[in-house]
Amino acid sequence: MPTNILMPALSPTMEQGKLAKWLKKEGDKVKSGDVLAEIETDKATMEIEAIDEGTLARIVVPEGTDNVAVNSLIGIISADGESVSVAASSPPPAAAPVISKPSAPAPASVPPQPPPTAAPIARPPEPETNVPAGTQMVTMTVREALRDAMAEEMRRDETVFVLGEEVAEYQGAYKVTQGLLDEFGIRRVVDTPITEHGFAGLGIGAGMAGLRPIVEFMTFNFAMQAMDQLINSAAKTHYMSGGQMTCPIVFRGPNGAAARVAAQHSQDYSAWFSQVPGLKVVVPYTAADAKGLLKSAIRDPNPVIFLENEILYGHTFEVPKLDEFLVPIGKARIARQGNDVTLVSFGIGMTYTLKAAEELAKEGIDAEVIDLRTLRPLDEETLVASVKKTHRCVTIEEGWPQCGIGAEIIARLMLEAFDYLDAPVLRVTGRDVPMPYAANLEKLALPSVADVVQAAKAVCYKS
Amino acid sequence: MAVASNGASTPKPAVPTTPVAQFSLDEELSAYKDMLLIRRFEEKAGQMYGMGLIGGFCHLYIGQEAVVTGMMRAAKPGDQTITGYRDHGHMLACGIDPKAVMAELTGRRGGLSKGKGGSMHMFSREKNFFGGHGIVGAQVPIGTGLAFANRYRGNDNVSFTYFGDGAANQGQVYESFNMAELWKLPVIYVIENNLYAMGTSVKRSSAEVDLSKRGSSFNIPGERVDGMDVRAVTAAAKHAAEWCRAGKGPIILEMQTYRYRGHSMSDPAKYRSKEEVQKMREEHDPIEQVRARLLANKSIDEAALKEIDASIRAVVADAAEFATHDLEPDPSELFTDVLQ
Repeated sequence: MPTNILMPALSPTMEQGKLAKWLKKEGDKVKSGDVLAEIETDKATMEIEAIDEGTLARIVVPEGTDNVAVNSLIGIISADGESVSVAASSPPPAAAPVISKPSAPAPASVPPQPPPTAAPIARPPEPETNVPAGTQMVTMTVREALRDAMAEEMRRDETVFVLGEEVAEYQGAYKVTQGLLDEFGIRRVVDTPITEHGFAGLGIGAGMAGLRPIVEFMTFNFAMQAMDQLINSAAKTHYMSGGQMTCPIVFRGPNGAAARVAAQHSQDYSAWFSQVPGLKVVVPYTAADAKGLLKSAIRDPNPVIFLENEILYGHTFEVPKLDEFLVPIGKARIARQGNDVTLVSFGIGMTYTLKAAEELAKEGIDAEVIDLRTLRPLDEETLVASVKKTHRCVTIEEGWPQCGIGAEIIARLMLEAFDYLDAPVLRVTGRDVPMPYAANLEKLALPSVADVVQAAKAVCYKS
Repeated sequence: MAVASNGASTPKPAVPTTPVAQFSLDEELSAYKDMLLIRRFEEKAGQMYGMGLIGGFCHLYIGQEAVVTGMMRAAKPGDQTITGYRDHGHMLACGIDPKAVMAELTGRRGGLSKGKGGSMHMFSREKNFFGGHGIVGAQVPIGTGLAFANRYRGNDNVSFTYFGDGAANQGQVYESFNMAELWKLPVIYVIENNLYAMGTSVKRSSAEVDLSKRGSSFNIPGERVDGMDVRAVTAAAKHAAEWCRAGKGPIILEMQTYRYRGHSMSDPAKYRSKEEVQKMREEHDPIEQVRARLLANKSIDEAALKEIDASIRAVVADAAEFATHDLEPDPSELFTDVLQ
């Protein structure tokens, strides 16, 4: 019986990767444990091992091929005595037999849509207001944009350094700090032991002493170990010292749900941190914002919580090619102009929100989309101006509903735009449960495009 | 097995104990004045707390004066000091104006933190005093970070990081020890062992009561020091500071000391006997030790010491007067200093 070799997933969020190299050629005998090939993503390289004895009968995907989808057939091993032609004609099995990790779930499918009821409205994304016309744009991932932001600021200011688990020699657990060690050396790119409480406090001390630390949490789930230092030491000291002490520090790392890592590794802390006076809280969505906001955060004299997202790391966007590209903290971005309803989101919530806006357009609902970008201080002005125009609002976030960002926005709109509202403001949030592991339950626990479309139609009184 | 001056049993120290330094007359007098200022200041703070002028928590340093006084004798410009909530003495030892400290205790606008920090949260950028931390043990990683900054800048400054026997059981202390030794950071961990973490004695809270050995699994040397003898503290401090300035990494000094008052003003201290406290005051008082030496040598007479006492009382009275009559912060200060 031939064994099909399938493209493995290196991480829970991987959807495709590069088949970098075949270490065996067609006709080679292989035995269990032999390395067959190497695959790469933008954050990792891994070897594929054979788990059965036999002969590498056929290489389906040649080495050097990019964008090979997870679970697609890349080669075939035949048992001794089997002919290649037999192996090649076998249908691929359902499971991937040669990999040790479960494969990543298929991307969430867009729910079926009702037929359009009105002429579609096509709206281009809004350009960045602080980018001069004619600026060259470069396509890059959020991951690369974050790395570039840190590298640029480290070149500019000798007091900026990076501290965290696996940031140096490993090149970052999610490869965000890739290349920084080579350029800046071990003095400024510092691998720590796995001691979040300790190294967060150490970073705060270094910040108080006048350095500008960038502290990476491998994920913000682990920052809970350091919560006392973040809140009681970093956020409050400027106030408690009557303005004498400053702590210019950035705490950054992935926040929120990744994929299939269950409750302890899938939590959105946006609302937690945004409640605390003395902190600034930034949650970028695009690569341009990730870069411009991280540079602003590093230069800020206050502690900044910079919430990234693992799934967004690999997303690509256009980033302005400018020597000095800063995005101001505290300013929301109107990602799409519209007149019928204001959709407010941030971070990965923008992925559902923008898709929902396109769906709504097909049905004649012209949504305005606001990307908050910063949660503290919250850009109430942009929010209220939009709602005064559209008279309707839906908030979208992956976090839990109680005391969430949506709850806060609704409270502010009650005070500042009550008379302008034509419908109650609705929230689309993660469900009020710890994140389940099972693929179907996880999908149910997170907001979807359909949820946003449904809520937007409800506030427009169109069902 | 020897018995330390604070009554703790003293096993063999982790490193050879530094011999007690002999003080010159000037050194004796200077230490005497510094310790007496702390004693009189704290006594006054206790009175003012009783009068309702000081609110909240207030932790007095009475009995422990020799520790910070001796340690500061090894500090040089640029060195940093950071401690927990029993911090008034450290600020005075750093040369911070007693008026500003007392006015912070009373929550007035002339206080070191403009009245927004209170007893446990005071800082001085000018004097390199980094707090004043209300969370037990939180100052230890921060103090380690101050040392990280010294090493990053390549200077030879040292972080003097103080904490108590209670904080010595906090996990973040050991996270800090590990990184400090790993990166050879110039930090002196001064464990002020006054035998009681609030009401829990070291024996009831600590599996290993020799706190100087707490760094041994990280290869950090430690020394037990008679924290009631300012000369012993000074000698150990100088040795430790040299160790750090030579790039040898962190060092631990366990100061065997004693607080005469309760943990805070609201602590009746029923977990220890009056006799125990009385014995410490009579036999080991850090100020009386110096006073006795000065008089025994006939290097100074009673009258001269009374004069010193009077001048210190005057400084403290001025501070109390200022702190009583200074205005409360302007209401507009509520929203200032949240962010820079």
